[in-house]
Amino acid sequence: MNDFVIETHGLTKYYGTREVVSPLDLAVPRGSIFGFLGRNGAGKSTTIRMMLGLVEPTRGSATVLGQDSRSLTPELRARVGYLAEGHHVYGWMTVKECGEWQSRFYQNWNWGVYNGVVDHFGLNPKTKAKGLSRGERAGLCLALTLAPEPELLILDDPALGLDPVARRSLLQSMLYVTRRADRTILFSSHLLSDVERVADHIAILDRSVLRANCSLETFQDRVRQVSLKFPGTPPPPPAIPGLLHSFRTENEMVLTIANMSPDTDRILKSLNPKSIDPMPLGLEDAFISYLGDRGEQSFFIPDAEDVA
Amino acid sequence: MSLEIQIATGSSTPIYWQIVDQIGKAVESGAAQPGDQLPSVRALAERLVVNPNTVARAYNDLVRDGVLESQRGKGVFVAERRQVFSDAERRRRLEQAGDVFLHDVRMLGFTTAEIIDYLERRLSEAMPETPREVTHE
Repeated sequence: MNDFVIETHGLTKYYGTREVVSPLDLAVPRGSIFGFLGRNGAGKSTTIRMMLGLVEPTRGSATVLGQDSRSLTPELRARVGYLAEGHHVYGWMTVKECGEWQSRFYQNWNWGVYNGVVDHFGLNPKTKAKGLSRGERAGLCLALTLAPEPELLILDDPALGLDPVARRSLLQSMLYVTRRADRTILFSSHLLSDVERVADHIAILDRSVLRANCSLETFQDRVRQVSLKFPGTPPPPPAIPGLLHSFRTENEMVLTIANMSPDTDRILKSLNPKSIDPMPLGLEDAFISYLGDRGEQSFFIPDAEDVA
Repeated sequence: MSLEIQIATGSSTPIYWQIVDQIGKAVESGAAQPGDQLPSVRALAERLVVNPNTVARAYNDLVRDGVLESQRGKGVFVAERRQVFSDAERRRRLEQAGDVFLHDVRMLGFTTAEIIDYLERRLSEAMPETPREVTHE
């Protein structure tokens, strides 16, 4: 048995001649809170839908809890919770009725969990779903997704449009779910502060191509910014593998670099700067440099143990 | 022990380091005393709404540095103050702290004598008896 709850092998999707997902090899470790990142249109939702067998891949395959995504059995589907983008509910049912209705589809339904989440988001069970705010609707959808106690939870942009209080409740619920070490969450998000808080692994999809698949710690360790000071005008930026971004002022050159190595260090020193100082870089800036339009796009940050 | 930890996201300081730093300061200031028990990794993670691995990493670093000690099956406690760094590491940390200090005071226009005076006063307040028995092989 492996310890990955989702694996994709060369998973590819074309819509017509447009490549939406380039051959994708991804592995989601059991027990992780896995942040799936990328700009709008990068292919995240399509990838998720292929994993769940809702969209047929053009090539390649995916397995979920060891089963091929194209032939997931109802028993297996019951072990996977999926919160689709947009939080759709039937407006004419009350919060309680939504639960009663959904519970019929599952052999395992924990009312304690359902009521707990409903309560955590401050919902009244008697309210009709159409009267709920966006954040409350997200809470209801989350309750419906969590009550069957899925082993694997897939949340497609769950925080979209939520206010800060509802977002915090969402993050708390995510941590609560993973109290059990065998529970895994894959979630997509644009909110890097949320990712920074709860994720331990991330994958970054950039215009259909996977650009990072590593622990959050590794990503933050490997995308670095350095400041080089010169007595006079700095030389042009050197050719460094993994150079993401550079800017120069009268006597300073600031470089953002992925995968710093002793080689990179040597090249920097060969420019004869007065000083080389590391500069702090937040996750958001690292991410933006990483996916910015300038700079090299061909490298990849793998997990630490894959790097020599 | 009153442990107030504030997490700022979007900062250039990683969350684990914010935790390390604030626990370190609580121990430094006496807000957390030797023998005080810290919340479990899980409890602190849920209180701060951060990934438990992040808290675990912060605790590991603090245990490695001798600020905290882990007692099997009982939990994590504030350690008795003792020196755990090698001489080279102590020197490196002193240099680092000195760099920050110099960078900040250089522009303020005090004379060297004034700064030394100030430092001596603050040092005698902060550590009335400098540990002398600390030696390293």
